[in-house]
Amino acid sequence: MTNTINLREMQVNQTGTIRSVRATGELGRRIRDMGLVPNTEIRIVGRAPLKDPVALRLLDFTITLRNNEADFITVEPTGE
Amino acid sequence: MTATITAALAGNPNCGKTTLFNALTGARQHVGNYPGVTVERRSGNVKTDTASLNVVDLPGTYSLTAYSPEELVARDFIVDERPQVVINVLDATSLERNLYLTIQFMELGAPMVLALNMMDAVKKQGKTIDTDKLSTLLGFPVVETVARTGLGKNALVQHAVAFARQKEKSWQPLHISYGPVLDPILNEMEEMIRANGFLDQRFPSRWIALKYLEEDEQVLKLGGGSGSKTHQQLKIIADKAKEKCFTTLEVGPEAVIADFRYGHIASMMKQGVVKGDTTHQRRHLSDKIDRVVTDQFFGPIIMLATLYGIFYITFPIGEIPMGWVEAFFEWLTNAATAIIPESLLQSLVVDGIIGGVGGVMGFVPLIMVMFMAITILEDLGYMARMAYMMDRVLRMFGLHGASLMPFIISGGIPGGCAVPGVMAARTLRSPKEKLATILTAPFMNCGAKVPVFLLLSAAFFPDNAARVMFGITIISWVVALLVAKLLRTTVIKGESTPFVMELPPYRIPTMKGVLIHTWERAWQYMKKAGTVILGISILIWAAMTFPGLPDESAGTFQAQRTAAEATLAAATTDQQRSALEQELMGINNMEAQAALKYSVAGRVGSAFEPVSKLAGFDWRTNIALLGGFAAKEVIVSSLGTAYSMGDVDPEASEGLGARLANDPNWSRATAMSLMIFVLLYAPCFVTVAVIGREASWGWAGFSVVFNTGLAFTLSVIVYHIM
Ligand SMILES: Nc1nc2c(ncn2[C@@H]2O[C@H](COP(=O)(O)OP(=O)(O)OP(=O)(O)O)[C@@H](O)[C@H]2O)c(=O)[nH]1
Ligand SMILES: [Mg+2]
Repeated sequence: MTNTINLREMQVNQTGTIRSVRATGELGRRIRDMGLVPNTEIRIVGRAPLKDPVALRLLDFTITLRNNEADFITVEPTGE
Repeated sequence: MTATITAALAGNPNCGKTTLFNALTGARQHVGNYPGVTVERRSGNVKTDTASLNVVDLPGTYSLTAYSPEELVARDFIVDERPQVVINVLDATSLERNLYLTIQFMELGAPMVLALNMMDAVKKQGKTIDTDKLSTLLGFPVVETVARTGLGKNALVQHAVAFARQKEKSWQPLHISYGPVLDPILNEMEEMIRANGFLDQRFPSRWIALKYLEEDEQVLKLGGGSGSKTHQQLKIIADKAKEKCFTTLEVGPEAVIADFRYGHIASMMKQGVVKGDTTHQRRHLSDKIDRVVTDQFFGPIIMLATLYGIFYITFPIGEIPMGWVEAFFEWLTNAATAIIPESLLQSLVVDGIIGGVGGVMGFVPLIMVMFMAITILEDLGYMARMAYMMDRVLRMFGLHGASLMPFIISGGIPGGCAVPGVMAARTLRSPKEKLATILTAPFMNCGAKVPVFLLLSAAFFPDNAARVMFGITIISWVVALLVAKLLRTTVIKGESTPFVMELPPYRIPTMKGVLIHTWERAWQYMKKAGTVILGISILIWAAMTFPGLPDESAGTFQAQRTAAEATLAAATTDQQRSALEQELMGINNMEAQAALKYSVAGRVGSAFEPVSKLAGFDWRTNIALLGGFAAKEVIVSSLGTAYSMGDVDPEASEGLGARLANDPNWSRATAMSLMIFVLLYAPCFVTVAVIGREASWGWAGFSVVFNTGLAFTLSVIVYHIM
């Protein structure tokens, strides 16, 4: 695979495409139910005052999740 | 006469179901720009020329595999009670994600009508949706709606009625392919389910098979409870499928299932359902606002400034109408005193009823202003941002970002109520975090406690009322967080659960929505004053009046009075006369005191005095605090009655506050100690009942004992260090 990074490592304003969601069980289901699935384009909107959680902009809506949940998601950043 | 059709409103959180429900039924249920406002089902009626509908508003859910308790309410209703038609409400601005739930309804075979809501927002984004195409692709009627204005609601009802009649009793589940790995397994499972009549064919067999693969807790429990050996066999197959998925596809079956569902939706969308501009004006604006409002530096400052601002505006604004209401009740008191001759009846009407109810009503304007501020923040979408910013902090105390809403509703911004606050904790996934939230939310500064703080801060800390109120609110948060931490490290230990939440776009609150919601809250408060509080006030009045003084001591006072009156008649100088009048009043006072002390309430209050003295509370305060176990609203009025009944100085038309401030038994320390106690002691009866229902009766009992103990300890400390 090309250069994929962990969602946690993304900078504010960086964009990319989700390549894999490795969370299983309940968390995995929840993340997918809310629209975080492979091939989704995302942009990091910001991080909360204590750096956690992180807010992600998908095409049509914004989702927030904690860093330790973001760890399950790998993203291929769009070139810059 | 046709039978009533049950229609359920279901869809993702925050897509406008309740707004639509209100538009359809004329109800005034709580709407807010926050995912997870509705936590209970609510029903209402709609009548058309040809049919009558029972419309049920459900909590929002992202999936039919429920995640949190409130989502379970929605899913159970659809799955178990099988409404004749499901009105699937979708936020058309994020159609794809919303269709994910639609697909699951289709797999269940539910007869559906789709309401594409928020079409106004879609237009603003410069997009159009080809509803006919969508309708053909899905095989269900699709209606465009704007729930806020009621646009499209009639068409929706017509479609729902027609559809319910035509499709009655035939649920036709959709089959979608889950790819070469899962399809054969699904077929095998389906076969087995059908052959054994597993779960009495209550659900489509493919749906059950899918739920076994997704490891749906509820369905597994249901299957396990059926005692059928098919359950074990299905589980074995599901486990094998899991292994196979991981070895061939590197993800679990639930991921494969989700991918194929989204794939199915994407293939529909590709046929040109949504057209137009994909740059989102509004979202750009929301993003820009968020850049400032949730900024790492400005975010917390804006949050605190907002909260302080609310205090700063509420008090001056609230005070004006509060003066009117107070003047009205004063007039009423005088009128009643003049009309009704001095008797038990007068005392009942003046002290018991007007005093009790009026004492509470006086605060309605203030509660309204506070509540309006909360409503505006909620409608804007700011609460969701607060939950997002506070998650990290709340987590340190064993709570969760989603605990924020229950706290705020309970009075985290003063004026709330713990009853809906405790209910709001249903949005929490983990029972442990939910329990910790439920047990600590009642510490918040609810609308019934506010009057006590206002009274005492105005009397003992004049000029600083708003600041004292702010301080009390901060204390309530600190105590709630610390107690949560204590509970989460001792009796309710457990892992924290994920925080995956949607941040809704900022929306301009509608005037109508804000007014209706504020009025609803005020009306609830007034209704309570007119019913529960009235009843308790009368009871407390009776307890403070009966039994009357025994004849002999009443006789002693009478004799003293007669003697004093005789001397008064014989007095010659003005000086002598006024001294004697003083004496006479003193006798009356002593009699009233003695009578109050002799009454049931007086005796109970006195019995507690040796202990309560430690915190500075005299027996009269004890009476009020005991009343407060039932409802905190009665504290101020009982205090008023206790002090006016035991003190009949006709010139003391001064308010209760001034009377307390002049009372030698009261000091700033007493006031502070009482405020702390009232803030923290046992939740009111109704809250205790809700805790009992949402958690358990054991925990409800715990909250009464623990909170009272904690409150008393802290009060004693405060009383002694002040
Ligand atoms: N622009 C626009 N806003 C809407 C429309 N319908 C609802 N809203 C707003 O969307 C927000 C959510 O509305 P609710 O009715 O509370 O949503 P819900 O689906 O009941 O939400 P939950 O109970 O949390 O699942 C509120 O701020 C509404 O004012 C609409 O048609 N257009
Ligand atoms: Mg709702």
